[in-house]
Amino acid sequence: MTTHTSKQQALSHLDWLESEAIYILREVAGQCSNPVLLFSGGKDSLCILRLAEKAFRPGRFPFPLMHIDTGHNYKEVIDFRDQRAAELGERLIVRSVEDSMQRGTVVLKSADESRNKHQSVTLLEAIEEFGFDCCIGGARRDEEKARAKERIMSFRDEFGQWDPKNQRPELWNLYNARSHKGENIRAFPISNWTEMDVWQYIEREKLALPSIYFAHQRDVVMRGGSIVPVNVPLVNGDIANPAKAGEDIINMQVRFRTVGDISCTAPVLSDADSIEKIVLETATSTITERGATRLDDQTSDASMEQRKKEGYF
Amino acid sequence: MTTNHTPHNDSLLRFMTCGSVDDGKSTLIGRLLFDSKTILADTLTQMSRTSEKRGLSAVDLSLLTDGLQAEREQGITIDVAYRYFSTGTRKYIIADAPGHEQYTRNMVTAASTANLAIILIDARRGVLTQTRRHSYLAHLVGIQHIVVAVNKMDLVNYDQASYDKICADYLAFAKEIGLAQARDIRFIPISALAGDMLVDRLGNMNWYQGATLLEILEKAPAAHTENQEVFRFPVQFVCRPHASADAELHDYRGFMGRIESGEIAVGDAVTVLPNGYQSKVKAIQLGEANLNSAKTEQSVTLLLEDEIDTSRGDMIVKTSEAKEPVKQIDAFVCWLSETPLSTARSYIIRHTTRESKAKVSAIQYKVDVNTLEQQASSDLKMNDIARISFKLAQALMVDSYSVNHATGAFIVIDESTNNTVGAGMIV
Repeated sequence: MTTHTSKQQALSHLDWLESEAIYILREVAGQCSNPVLLFSGGKDSLCILRLAEKAFRPGRFPFPLMHIDTGHNYKEVIDFRDQRAAELGERLIVRSVEDSMQRGTVVLKSADESRNKHQSVTLLEAIEEFGFDCCIGGARRDEEKARAKERIMSFRDEFGQWDPKNQRPELWNLYNARSHKGENIRAFPISNWTEMDVWQYIEREKLALPSIYFAHQRDVVMRGGSIVPVNVPLVNGDIANPAKAGEDIINMQVRFRTVGDISCTAPVLSDADSIEKIVLETATSTITERGATRLDDQTSDASMEQRKKEGYF
Repeated sequence: MTTNHTPHNDSLLRFMTCGSVDDGKSTLIGRLLFDSKTILADTLTQMSRTSEKRGLSAVDLSLLTDGLQAEREQGITIDVAYRYFSTGTRKYIIADAPGHEQYTRNMVTAASTANLAIILIDARRGVLTQTRRHSYLAHLVGIQHIVVAVNKMDLVNYDQASYDKICADYLAFAKEIGLAQARDIRFIPISALAGDMLVDRLGNMNWYQGATLLEILEKAPAAHTENQEVFRFPVQFVCRPHASADAELHDYRGFMGRIESGEIAVGDAVTVLPNGYQSKVKAIQLGEANLNSAKTEQSVTLLLEDEIDTSRGDMIVKTSEAKEPVKQIDAFVCWLSETPLSTARSYIIRHTTRESKAKVSAIQYKVDVNTLEQQASSDLKMNDIARISFKLAQALMVDSYSVNHATGAFIVIDESTNNTVGAGMIV
């Protein structure tokens, strides 16, 4: 048996973050009776899948995966999502904003309104359908101001609402994921990660990513100072975001820093075609991740907070 | 310093900042983020737009740290926020606790995960009641390293005598409460507004030859690296893939958890508490890797030589370091809820991964966080701290908080609301 003869070396920051995330995932599994892992095919949720493997293998995940599909997602990402779920042999549930539109629970103001914020409705419907008591997500505190005070285990009431003034204090690593029937916990295992940490982890663990994270040629237009992808082919064969009359279509070399609904995710100019180059590019970037690429956050200073109060993830 | 950008941080340090409204806490954090180039161009543009809107002449760095709409409207910070920056050698997590109402609750929350606290003192005002309160709480929650930052030195003409007097006053008080004897205390004169002595030396205080704030942060030991600790492994989850297609896994029984303290190696004799079953470590797994040994803060899976019935909430310890589980505990409790403690009710105590029903058997005394006096009391309201005795329904294997935070800490949960209503530190 070992004796304590020397002081310990500290864990590296990535090892520490990984260990914390595994711990949080296992707490969800230990405390919640019917959790679900939200999986979009994006880089943050791919990290969480890797962490879940480290947390639960050789067993199966103690939760299914679920994607709330706006119907306006990049085909490359949807294909990747399905492929990854199949490789892992875990159950993937897909619920669609378009189904909510057909039920009449989501009503768009206009046909080209972003469906992104309407994901909240479909998510709440799915939570009710399956009786989930906890949703695990890939949100990070460094993404946006309103997230800096988010708990690791965040409590939502029956309407999925987040009340920033009524959150449970979170001390040490004693997480409280208890909820009554109908209420819901949102668990964020990579809360303490930055965009850089995510890329370093992807590099270290050699994680595969959807191709649109890497530099590629794409038809875009300039709209209100942002690069907007146009004429994007969808999984069902439709075309999203058609160019408007009079717009100049330019073919540019771009990549995506975040991946979500087509209507609100803009690419950045880039020639980074490998993870290594992306790490370098992230290091020298002068624009925040969401600032550059999330059209929905630019509406107002408080737009993320508003959406979160309404049940957005 | 290097930018936030070099990809290889060797370690991680969690620290907190304590200060009240006007002593420049938000400016200090804004300055650290700004000087470490963590603030990117678009955030800066947004900040200068907001500063202009408010009629300020320069960019207000404190805008970085007030996040929520409600706070922006009221101009105060109402909850603990977490910020990140990195120097290339180290990643930092800052817990930013507001200085206003509910201060005790927020500060205890922020302190619970911090290994270092920066206590801000306004150079014009010296050691105040709030300084004493911050220091007492940092001491109570067991923060190992205290940095007393005497801020606004620019407003006292960078005068060394003022600084020396504040240091002497603080040290006298710190000795009085036992802080100086138990913790590592360092002093530093700064101007957060000017950015002096945080990252750069601007030449205004050449009489100070000590380390800059960032140099102190870079060299502060990370948690768990300073003391030899006993091995404590609360079981979080048991992995039994008996339905697996792989027949070899049918007998697999993995105990999953995070090593809260100490080290463990294959072959070590262990005891599972509270039942007292004994076995030896057969394997230690992390992902696909088999390890010979593992240490504090690693999340691993332990496999034991013998088939032992173990479930979530049990604690695996080294046989030589086992302790008898107890059904009665004494603790300092900080009350976090607007609903006062009721001595008639039972609560749930969550300790490591185990829960037990608990009842208060006695409130021994309350501590006035401003005067540090002990007062007899029969109630406990939000932001109060008291020494309390609990009776437990289930036996817990506890250590004293002063020797082991992970096995000495607990939270109190109100079963009717499921809210976390108290934070406890076992005496």
